[in-house]
Amino acid sequence: MELYELTAHELSDLIKDKKASAVEITESLLNRIEETENKVESYLTVCKEEALAKAKEVQARIDKGEAKSPLAGIPMALKDNMCTEGIATTCGSKMLENFIPPYSATVVKKLAEEDAILLGKLNMDEFAMGGSNENSYFKKTKNPWDLERVPGGSSGGSAASVASGQAVFSLGSDTGGSIRQPAAFCGVVGMKPTYGTVSRFGLVAFASSLDQIGPLTKDVTDCALVLNAITGHDKMDSTSADIQYPDYTKALLNDVKGMKIGYPKEYLGKGISEDVKKAVLDAIDTYKSLGAECEEFSLPITEYAIPAYYLIACAEASSNLARYDGIKYGYRAAKYTDLLDLYKQTRSEGFGAEVKRRIMLGTYALSSGYYDAYYKKALQVRTIIKQEFDKAFSKYDFIIGPTTPTTAFKLGEKTANPLEMYLEDIYTVSVNIAGLPGLVVPCGKDSKGLPIGLQLIGKPFDESTLLRAGYTFEQNTEYHKMRPQI
Amino acid sequence: MEYEVVIGLEVHAELSTKSKIYCSCTTEFGGEENTHCCPICTGMPGVLPVLNKNVVEYAVKAGLATNCTIAEFSKQDRKNYFYPDLPKAYQTSQYDLPLCKEGYIDIEVEGEKKRIGITRIHIEEDAGKLMHDEWETGTLVDYNRCGVPLIEIVSEPDIRSAEEAKAYVENLKAILEYIEVSDCKMQEGSLRADVNLSVRPKGQKEFGTRTEMKNLNSFRSIVRAVEAETQRQINEIESGGVVVQETRRWDDNKGVSYAMRSKEEAHDYRYFPEPDLVPIVLEKEWIEKVKEALPELPDARRKRYIAEFGLPEYDAGILTSSKRLADFFEEAVSKNSNTKAVSNWIMGDLMRILKEKNLEVDQIPFPAEYLANLIGLIDKGTISGTIAKKVFEKMFDSGKDPQVIVKEEGLEVVSDEGALVEVVKKILESNPQSVADYKSGKEKAFGFLVGQAMKETRGKANPQLINKILKEELEK
Repeated sequence: MELYELTAHELSDLIKDKKASAVEITESLLNRIEETENKVESYLTVCKEEALAKAKEVQARIDKGEAKSPLAGIPMALKDNMCTEGIATTCGSKMLENFIPPYSATVVKKLAEEDAILLGKLNMDEFAMGGSNENSYFKKTKNPWDLERVPGGSSGGSAASVASGQAVFSLGSDTGGSIRQPAAFCGVVGMKPTYGTVSRFGLVAFASSLDQIGPLTKDVTDCALVLNAITGHDKMDSTSADIQYPDYTKALLNDVKGMKIGYPKEYLGKGISEDVKKAVLDAIDTYKSLGAECEEFSLPITEYAIPAYYLIACAEASSNLARYDGIKYGYRAAKYTDLLDLYKQTRSEGFGAEVKRRIMLGTYALSSGYYDAYYKKALQVRTIIKQEFDKAFSKYDFIIGPTTPTTAFKLGEKTANPLEMYLEDIYTVSVNIAGLPGLVVPCGKDSKGLPIGLQLIGKPFDESTLLRAGYTFEQNTEYHKMRPQI
Repeated sequence: MEYEVVIGLEVHAELSTKSKIYCSCTTEFGGEENTHCCPICTGMPGVLPVLNKNVVEYAVKAGLATNCTIAEFSKQDRKNYFYPDLPKAYQTSQYDLPLCKEGYIDIEVEGEKKRIGITRIHIEEDAGKLMHDEWETGTLVDYNRCGVPLIEIVSEPDIRSAEEAKAYVENLKAILEYIEVSDCKMQEGSLRADVNLSVRPKGQKEFGTRTEMKNLNSFRSIVRAVEAETQRQINEIESGGVVVQETRRWDDNKGVSYAMRSKEEAHDYRYFPEPDLVPIVLEKEWIEKVKEALPELPDARRKRYIAEFGLPEYDAGILTSSKRLADFFEEAVSKNSNTKAVSNWIMGDLMRILKEKNLEVDQIPFPAEYLANLIGLIDKGTISGTIAKKVFEKMFDSGKDPQVIVKEEGLEVVSDEGALVEVVKKILESNPQSVADYKSGKEKAFGFLVGQAMKETRGKANPQLINKILKEELEK
């Protein structure tokens, strides 16, 4: 087996046993990127020299016994919406093509403190808006399982890089499913933690009340290791939760006996493909066979989740993206007649179609005379969604269901119909609206050989239960060992 | 027809916290362009605001000092609009749940007391400054002021004249200075007012259509803008026109206002709750503590001056109109109990010189103790009143203690009888005509001779002694 194929915890063991060095591992990953990048196209920036230099430095400290983190010497990559001091952070947009942040995001600092090695920055839908990576200004990342298909999005580069062995793990961000959907499409593990668990400082905002950073990994153990590194209270983020954060590796137990699991009937109803439905029902059977109690229940608000989500997300985005005005940094139109024209030309030329569509939607929803009918209504739906989940969690330890209605679709298949693309998010957006944790683990393949992801939804701040359930699933199935041939 | 003007004011005051509202940059005024800013206050991608707790405390103090109800739950909202001095393209402010509401302050105009309602006080961030380059066609932006905390104090439409508007802002300014939440330097823009104004026929209940004039930053401009806008609206109506609801810009140099934008062109700010910040939740006990720690307010101090120092109401009003002036007065009084004299000196010569030299009270170059010393020198007879006035001027030039000035320049009253006899003899010798006049019964001549003697001693002679010696010599 090549080093690039291994998980973080396997590599960490090799480093500890002096069977591999951080430098060898980093070289293996960089070679893998070189070999496969023309096919997969996950990366927007590869920091080859910096990664090798950092690997040498970290290995020297590992040798001295100073770098003890399980992530020390592990090469990883970041979605290109997390600010990295001195390294371009584009958000997949022409608007920020030349933006080099003078500061690093809190998660970037935290991973650096753990001595993880940054390989580079990953492709994404422009400003995290989209579910296929086709909205990136720079390139279209491919699904490593079928290069004619999308990797999902918006964290498509984050999922494709891990699935293809171009990064041991990566970070993505999830506003309405942007970690979980690509994780499902690419057959990797993805976690959207509870809102407030991972600092958003330095994450370029899409929708502030929904955005959350999380890991994409090859298995649940790695997911726990990365969560240990990136979670925690941050005084730079007012919405960061000031709580006791657990050691997530303590949750890695092969035991779900007596656990109560609910699955919403609305998540297995119309619109879902037979292959996905069957894989989810099989997973439910697996849990039953392991001694868990599984029960169908109803989340009737589900049909309102998508409209509520798009109203809230677009409203916040219209405000968050207003700062890209051509004045201070980023793209500025070459020709303009006055200030208003400078704004118009810059934003018309600098943003892609999907971003403009959402800015217009959001601006409309917040406009005087429409606020009550749209934005305020959406907030009321948000409250009801939270209440329905609260009710469900009074009965169940966690909720189980599909991540997406279908497996990865073909490039270009849904670009003509944005609404169809939005409906991909039907099973994921409620989790963001309610601020809950969601874990996706591979649970099978469809008839075309494409991966299917199982979604586990937990109580607020109860990532541990999800990790335990995911770990148990892994220990009793082989799906997490699936790797694409590129 | 007789008209009545109806005015509501929105006063913006920069809070004097050390750091900005959402980051740790300094709030200091001045400083080289774009040196008091960071990625947060310049709205770089990915940054987040963290509310400065002192801003909340300062705003709550302002609310308590103006008799407001303090909200135990309030939130911050985004006010969205594009302008180059606003780097995030939204101002974080408060929309429907302000920190303070339903207060009032009392004013007095020409002996008539009146209560002006305060609708609300909310916190928000200031914007940067545009600088139109004199040499190039472009415009430059200075972000130093971005994120400096502001409170906006919105009054009820209770004000009925320019004088009332002035008195209201003066009182508000005094209160904010007293509680030390703003330095209220109007010339630096740390206190500025928007005037909402309409007119209606006297006796009519409904309000007329109002206009708004923004960013008036002196009492003079407030008074002039109110007077001019009142007249403009009356003229408009009298000539058969209608007042248009619009925002106007007051040009203080020309003394006229111009239409900026109409109601139709007004921004739709698309307010919505700021998702990057959490609601502000205050505990009753904390609010009580802030209330108990409030210092004495202008009104209470004025009443105390009347009762404690026996000052006339007018004098007490002037002395307490500014905290710095009142502090100066009390400091002087604590060193010299001649309250009346201290008050007179401050109300007279001190105010005159400040006006002449265009100085603020905090720019007085000597401590209040020196004024007490000066009065002490007069009371002890060391210097005369005339000399004292000169010494006072010198104190403004050098900042020196009057005792030092008097000694250095030899200004003590001459009470040496022998020396003064010589002076008087000399004067009598050189003014025989006046001596003759006096002796023929012309009393006026005596005054002239006293004057001559004082002049000879450059005002330093003890006048009583000069009188006595002169009488004696003339009778010889």
